[in-house]
Amino acid sequence: MPLLRNGALSDDEWQRVADDAASLPAGAAVIVSFTRFRAERETLLARNAPMGVLLKNIDPVEELGPDGARFALIALEFPKFSDGRAYSQARLLRERYGFTGELRATGQVLPDQLHHMRRCGFDAFELAKGEPLEAWRRALHTFTAVYQPTGDGRIPVSALRRRLFAAAAD
Amino acid sequence: MYRYDEYDHAFVAERVAQFRDQVRRRLAGELTEDEFKPLRLQNGLYLQLHAYMLRIAIPYGTLSSKQFRMLAHIARRYDRGYGHFTTRQNLQFNWIRLEDAPDALADLAKVEMHAIQTSGNCIRNVTADHWAGVAIDEIEDPRIWCEIIRQWSTVHPEFSFLPRKFKIAVTGSPNDRAAVRVHDIGLRMLRDEQGEPGFEVIVGGGLGRTPMIGKTIRAFLPKQDLLSYLEAIMRVYNRYGRRDNIYKARIKILVHEIGAEEMRRQVEEEWEQIRGGALDLPQDVIDGIARHFAPPPYQVQPVFAPETERLRFEDRDFALWLRSNVVPHRQPGYAIVNLSLKPEGAPPGDSSAAQMDAVADLADAYSFGEIRVTHEQNLVLPHVAVADLPAVWRGLVRIGFATPNLGLVSDIIACPGLDYCALANARAIPVAQRISTRFADLARQHDIGELKIKISGCINACGHHHVGHIGILGVDKNGTEFYQITLGGHAGDDVSLGSIVGPAVPADQVVEAIESLVDTYLKERRDGERFLDTYRRVGTAPFKERLYAPA
Repeated sequence: MPLLRNGALSDDEWQRVADDAASLPAGAAVIVSFTRFRAERETLLARNAPMGVLLKNIDPVEELGPDGARFALIALEFPKFSDGRAYSQARLLRERYGFTGELRATGQVLPDQLHHMRRCGFDAFELAKGEPLEAWRRALHTFTAVYQPTGDGRIPVSALRRRLFAAAAD
Repeated sequence: MYRYDEYDHAFVAERVAQFRDQVRRRLAGELTEDEFKPLRLQNGLYLQLHAYMLRIAIPYGTLSSKQFRMLAHIARRYDRGYGHFTTRQNLQFNWIRLEDAPDALADLAKVEMHAIQTSGNCIRNVTADHWAGVAIDEIEDPRIWCEIIRQWSTVHPEFSFLPRKFKIAVTGSPNDRAAVRVHDIGLRMLRDEQGEPGFEVIVGGGLGRTPMIGKTIRAFLPKQDLLSYLEAIMRVYNRYGRRDNIYKARIKILVHEIGAEEMRRQVEEEWEQIRGGALDLPQDVIDGIARHFAPPPYQVQPVFAPETERLRFEDRDFALWLRSNVVPHRQPGYAIVNLSLKPEGAPPGDSSAAQMDAVADLADAYSFGEIRVTHEQNLVLPHVAVADLPAVWRGLVRIGFATPNLGLVSDIIACPGLDYCALANARAIPVAQRISTRFADLARQHDIGELKIKISGCINACGHHHVGHIGILGVDKNGTEFYQITLGGHAGDDVSLGSIVGPAVPADQVVEAIESLVDTYLKERRDGERFLDTYRRVGTAPFKERLYAPA
């Protein structure tokens, strides 16, 4: 599945491991399910290789959050593009639990959701279908003005206006 | 009135460009209808029974004469020369071609309008008291808060794919004219013990197939915390609202299932984490928005205008119109003029392009260029000098918007029903037309007094029948239209949901049924009682007895 990072297609060094796979490939970057992480937390965190975890959108980020820093990657799932729960999970991981690793969107990921996903903190996208890369590139620059403060660092319109008022008052 | 700045202009232009590209991809087959649907819905484009319908946002029901003329232009250019005002203060065009939709939206953008989030599972156009800024009982203009909410909710990255649609209403007066207790979130302005204005926060109200009255989860919210508190509510809903069943996905079901107390606990817990942060509203930001809603430059006007008084005595129609359609304004010498879009026998809420242009002209001449849309499918000229009332009335008579029936039996709310809507089970508009024709005698209407009839063509309740003093719900019985009647609903501060009076009646007996209910009221009423008061005193029994009595 094509992977979009930093506006370009990228190789995916991560392997997903099924819950019933007995052993993890040594030294490899793997993504396990949250269920497996819960069951084997100590062993997995002791592993000497990059760890990733996949949360379903009913998995509680509050439980994972404090361990977030131990992961190099957290993947969140969009079972359907119309199911928006992962947007809240993403913001909580970034803004409340300070997760700084790769936050990956997986499932039905479409260009028209890219703006929302990036604003909520996603920075890697498993592309669901063969849209031309151009469509994805365009989607990166949909809106120059944003109205909400989120953890993505973009300055919302209300703050830009305050600066204008302040400059005018000087 | 709110005016776009460079940021707003840029945003709406980009939104039009984005949608133009999405339409192009859909027409080229790059997007499936499933993928396109939520995109077009969030741009106000529905697929109806016969054609696409474009629902245009009229934020908190306020618009300028220039904007109104653009709506007339769109009606002529892209539709069949008329539009339909809705119960959410929006305007719908019922005959739009998909290919034309981006051009229509580009035309709207020229006058600072859009159709963003008038549909779809997102935060919808925020509604307000249609007398905002001019009502005598107002604490603060609710449009300031609606505009702040509008901006915050526009393409909100976290809350654009909610379990279901989400409607917020704000009233700035203790007398609720925005039906805040039957919205997903209702905000009711009030003062705390120090006299400081803030909000009562009501969550989980709604109509539809499971009508519920909202629960107050916070008795007083300081103004600067408004957005952080809303974000906390939305986050709880986005995470825990049901997604397994479309009919149980509204926030009212979540509140009902976990209970108001638990809802409050979860919201407050989330809020504790985010309050005082980036969503905090500093006073200068509030002031910056509030400046847009400063009163127009009123002139010193006589409170008593001889020409107006003369006409009141000489012309019965004008006197009736003053009584029902004109209400006091907070500025001495001015009045609020309500336009009735419910002329005898016409579809409720429809306006032709010519009527729109004429209203825009009247607004320019007599109301500082400002017009309001009400959730009862009427219009308002909010600032008319008392001395200008005769001229305004004559202008309205000319275009058929001066029927003196505001709040009376023929001021009916009706959803589009089976004439347009793909969801409907029965027609709604023709029922409204027949009732309005039956009760055409205006003196009789004034004698009957306040009586709100609301008609929905299916259980989704777009016609708000649950809160009609008389509610009429169209149902389908083996391919035949029947109508179930409810009594005693009310959308004001003393909100109540109607009770079913008995078995549904066939289409050809609805008008007789309404006549019977009105007769029962007239027989039972005591001095000064409105229909609702009488019903609340005597209950369903006498109405039912007479309605179902063998002929």
